[in-house]
Amino acid sequence: MKTVNMKVNGQPVTAAVEPRMQLADFLREQLRLTGTHVGCEHGVCGACTVEIDGMPARSCITYAAMCEGAEVRTIEGLVDDPIMSHLREAFAAEHALQCGYCTPGMLVTARDIVLRLPDADDARVREELSGNLCRCTGYVGIVRAIRRVLDERKS
Amino acid sequence: MKPAPFDYEAPRSLEAAIALLAQHQGLARVIAGGQSLGPMLNLRIAQPSLLVGIRHLPELRDVRQTADAVTIGACITHAEIEDGRIPDPTGGLLPYVARRIAYRAIRNRGTIGGSLAHADPSADWVSALALAGAHVTVCSPRGERQIAVAKLLLGAFETQIGTDEILVSVTIPRLSARARWSYYKICRKTGEFAEAIGGVLVDPDNGIRRAVVGATAGAPIVLEGNAALPGCDVAALWAANIDDPYKRQMFEVVLRRAADRIAA
Ligand SMILES: Cc1cc2nc3c(=O)[nH]c(=O)nc-3n(C[C@H](O)[C@H](O)[C@H](O)COP(=O)(O)OP(=O)(O)OC[C@H]3O[C@@H](n4cnc5c(N)ncnc54)[C@H](O)[C@@H]3O)c2cc1C
Ligand code: FES
Ligand code: FES
Repeated sequence: MKTVNMKVNGQPVTAAVEPRMQLADFLREQLRLTGTHVGCEHGVCGACTVEIDGMPARSCITYAAMCEGAEVRTIEGLVDDPIMSHLREAFAAEHALQCGYCTPGMLVTARDIVLRLPDADDARVREELSGNLCRCTGYVGIVRAIRRVLDERKS
Repeated sequence: MKPAPFDYEAPRSLEAAIALLAQHQGLARVIAGGQSLGPMLNLRIAQPSLLVGIRHLPELRDVRQTADAVTIGACITHAEIEDGRIPDPTGGLLPYVARRIAYRAIRNRGTIGGSLAHADPSADWVSALALAGAHVTVCSPRGERQIAVAKLLLGAFETQIGTDEILVSVTIPRLSARARWSYYKICRKTGEFAEAIGGVLVDPDNGIRRAVVGATAGAPIVLEGNAALPGCDVAALWAANIDDPYKRQMFEVVLRRAADRIAA
């Protein structure tokens, strides 16, 4: 067991973890933050994407013990974030989700696109979304939702 | 899947990290971004008894500039290079390549040194840095040594880096203002590992005419001098024992497209 100190959604957390424990499992099983989903467990599908130190990262190939001093934000920690509220509305309006399995990771990625690439065109949005797989929607609604937020933030 | 149990240490210095590796004699492995090792641990393809965390070490995040090269610490991430937060001596080649590695969430953690040490023949830095004529510096209890990126891979997932050595930095020569490069890869999906990589670099002021073919079964094929251009020396590919006609066709295509982009 290793003791690790990090901040999760703004709250300091100190915990004893097995070094092999994935950050995703730590969040879900130890902290009961089940908004973060786990799909492939090898970095491909994007379902587990959270924010570490302000940047999207895969929580399945990041281990909790290696997050000493890190600031982790999950979908739960973004409830009151204005961009996330905007994205949630747009996702609902544009039918950007069906089963919702991919959605927490999709939203974390979408928020990064909105913040980092305010001028992204649809092709760039699709390129940036290539690391988040959705089995339901066919992506059209997701791209439209992000487009809507990008456009509305400009006007 | 979940990894087999392992122990984890986060040493405070490069020296301490190297000492840990030496002490565990091949049973320990360093972990930088974990973006290649993580999947291997989760799939239990890799089962080290100890992981030595290095991404926080300041010695491995150092960036130095000289008149003719830039030296980048091994733990600089793909995203830092993509965003231009690191000086680029190649007139845009480095950020261009970085942006096309995997996905942003991977690039935020994956490191240039980890990518080279992992030695996936399809990885981008393996080919792009061979094209740029870069070399790495590795450090062990015996001291430092330098290895050209073009010579780093012994085969797929196998490098000249010893089990007690740590890749410390990558040194990339400065190209002249007249240098032109191109980098073209075939991927089945955006962000996936390449099926074939072609790169061409022409820098008349430095006397460089070089082409690279990557995503082979091992080290990238580097063609120097007039063999590299124009139209590219396809015979060199045949000589390199690429006998699968489908693969060879792809290599010819990426090389031609890379060469066309230089000519255009
Ligand atoms: C879904 C997915 C898609 C990807 N697509 C691409 C792609 O298209 N192109 C591409 O190039 N890469 C791709 N990658 C790999 C990615 O670029 C990784 O970041 C990189 O290969 C490894 O860097 P890392 O810092 O994460 O290394 P780690 O995973 O931490 O380590 C990888 C290996 O290198 C060793 N190592 C790490 N650092 C050092 C060091 N300083 N000295 C000695 N040994 C060291 C480790 O012991 C380990 O064996 C992809 C990864 C994923 C998960
Ligand atoms: S579960 Fe982490 S990327 Fe699929
Ligand atoms: S909504 Fe079902 S996987 Fe995307």
